[in-house]
Amino acid sequence: MADFFQNTLHDHFNYWVYVILMMIGLWAVIAKNNFIKKLIGLSIFQTAIILFYVSIGVKVDASIPILHHHEEPAAHAEGHDKGHKADYAVGEKDDSAPAAHDNHDSHESQESHGDHDHHADAHAVNPDLIANPLPHVLMLTAIVVGVATLGVALALSQRIYKEFGTLEESELLEQLKGGNVDG
Amino acid sequence: MIFAFDIIILIFLIVAALIALNVKDLLSASMIFGIYGFLICLLWAEMGAVDVAFTEAAVGAGISAVLFIATVYNTCRRSSD
Amino acid sequence: MITKVLATVAVVITGALLLYGTADFPAFGDPNSPASAGVEGGAPSISKYFITESYGDTKVPNLVTSVLADYRGYDTMFETVVVLAAGMAIFAILRVFREEDDLVPNASHSEGNSFTDGDHSRIIVGTTVRLVVPVIQLFALYVIAHGHHSPGGGFQGGVILGASFIIIALATDLGYALNRFSEKSYFNLAAIGILIYAGFGVLCQVLGSNFLDYGVLQKVLFTDGPEMARSHSMLGVEVGVAFTVTGIMFAIYANLSSRGTLKSGL
Repeated sequence: MADFFQNTLHDHFNYWVYVILMMIGLWAVIAKNNFIKKLIGLSIFQTAIILFYVSIGVKVDASIPILHHHEEPAAHAEGHDKGHKADYAVGEKDDSAPAAHDNHDSHESQESHGDHDHHADAHAVNPDLIANPLPHVLMLTAIVVGVATLGVALALSQRIYKEFGTLEESELLEQLKGGNVDG
Repeated sequence: MIFAFDIIILIFLIVAALIALNVKDLLSASMIFGIYGFLICLLWAEMGAVDVAFTEAAVGAGISAVLFIATVYNTCRRSSD
Repeated sequence: MITKVLATVAVVITGALLLYGTADFPAFGDPNSPASAGVEGGAPSISKYFITESYGDTKVPNLVTSVLADYRGYDTMFETVVVLAAGMAIFAILRVFREEDDLVPNASHSEGNSFTDGDHSRIIVGTTVRLVVPVIQLFALYVIAHGHHSPGGGFQGGVILGASFIIIALATDLGYALNRFSEKSYFNLAAIGILIYAGFGVLCQVLGSNFLDYGVLQKVLFTDGPEMARSHSMLGVEVGVAFTVTGIMFAIYANLSSRGTLKSGL
C-alpha cells in the first residue's frame, strides 16, 4: 500500500500540481473583482497549461535537444543518403537498447565503405537520451502569442479606466445598469 | 530532472500564485507575478527545455511584468479584494 | 459573495474531474510514453524522426530551431503575424492624437532628456543603463545569430533587443527613447520583418517549388546541396521574426506606459 502510494506520488505529483495551478487561475478569472487580478489569474492559467505540455516531453536522464559535436551523425556522401536514412528508420522501431546497438552496427558497416573521410565519431543519436523537442516548439509559439494578447488586454483595461473611472467589476456593473450608459 | 528540485519549485509556484492573487496592492501583485515567471523558467530549465526557459525568462518575467506595472501606474493602484 | 461561492463550487468540481483524469497519464519522464515513442501499430513517432533525421536534413544542431523554422515554418510565420496584429490592435485601441485632459494627471518630473541630468537620485540608474545597453544589444544580436547552435533564435533575440529600448525609456524620459526609435521606425521595422519571412516563401515559389520549401534555394544561395540552403534560410527567417518582435515589443510598451499619447511615460 505504501509502495503503491509512493509510486503514484513519484509518477503523478507533477500533474496534480499543474491541475491545482490551473484551478487557481480559473477561480481568479471568475471570482476576483479587479480586472488586473483577473488578468493575473488568466496568465497563471496559461502558464500552467504550457507547463503541462512541456512536461509531456520530459525523459528521465535525458539531455537537452541540442546535439553536441560527438552526437552529430557523421557526414556521408550524397548518394548514400537515402540508404542510410532507411537504416536509421528501420533500426528505430525496436526497443531502446537494441536500437542503439543496431544503429551502431549499421553505421559501422556504412563506415567501411571507404568514402567517408570524416574521422569516425560513429555515435548514432539515441532518441531516449534526448528530450522530445516537439512540445518545446509548440509552446514557444504559445508563450509569444500569450504575451501579445496580454498586451491587448491591458490596453483594453486602460481604455475602460479612462471611460468609467474604475477597474472594479461591481462598480462597473452598477454604472452600466444605472445611469452612466455612455458609448 | 531531479525530483527534489521539482517538488520544491512546484510548491513555491503554488505559494507565489496564491500570494499574487491575494495582496491588495497591485504593484506588489505585478512583482510577485514576475517571481512566478522566474520560478517557471527555472522549472523548465531543470526539465531540459532550454529554449522555452529562455523565452519565458525574457518574455514572461521581463516584458509581462513591465507591462503590468505600466498599466497599474496609469490606472488605480489599490484593489478592493 | 454569491459569485465567489459559485466559482469555488465550479472550480472544485472541475479540479476533481481533472485529478481523476490524471490517473491515466503515463509516468512523468517515461521515455516510452505515447508522445515520445508512438503507439504500437500506429504511425511511427514523428519526434523520433526529428531527433534522428533533422541534422541530416538541415545541418542545424539545435533541434527546436530546426523544427520551428523549417518543418513548422508556416506556423511560425503566422505567429509573427499575430504579434504584428496585436501591436496594431494596441495602436488602434489606445493611440490618441490630440491633446485632451486625462483622468489621471501624470506628474512627470523629468523635463530633461539625458541620463542623469544633474538629478542625483537618478545617477545610479542612469550611469548603469548607459554602460550596459550596448552590451545588451550586442548580446541580442548574438542570440539571433547563434540560434542554430545554442538556445536562442529569433524570438528571444528580438525580445531582448526590444527590452534594451524599453530600459532606455525607463532610465530617461520616453521622449528620449522615441527620438531614437520613433513610431514610424518601429512600425516600419515590424512590417519589414514579416515581409522578409513571406519573401523567403515567395522566392521559393518563384524558383519552382512549394511555398517555404527552402531546399530549392540552393540555386540562389550557391551552396552545394539543399541542407546548407535550408540552414541559411532558417537564419534569414529568424532575422525577419526578430525585426517584427523588436518593433512590436517597444510599440506595446510605448503605448501602454503613456496611455496612448507618447508624450511622457513611466
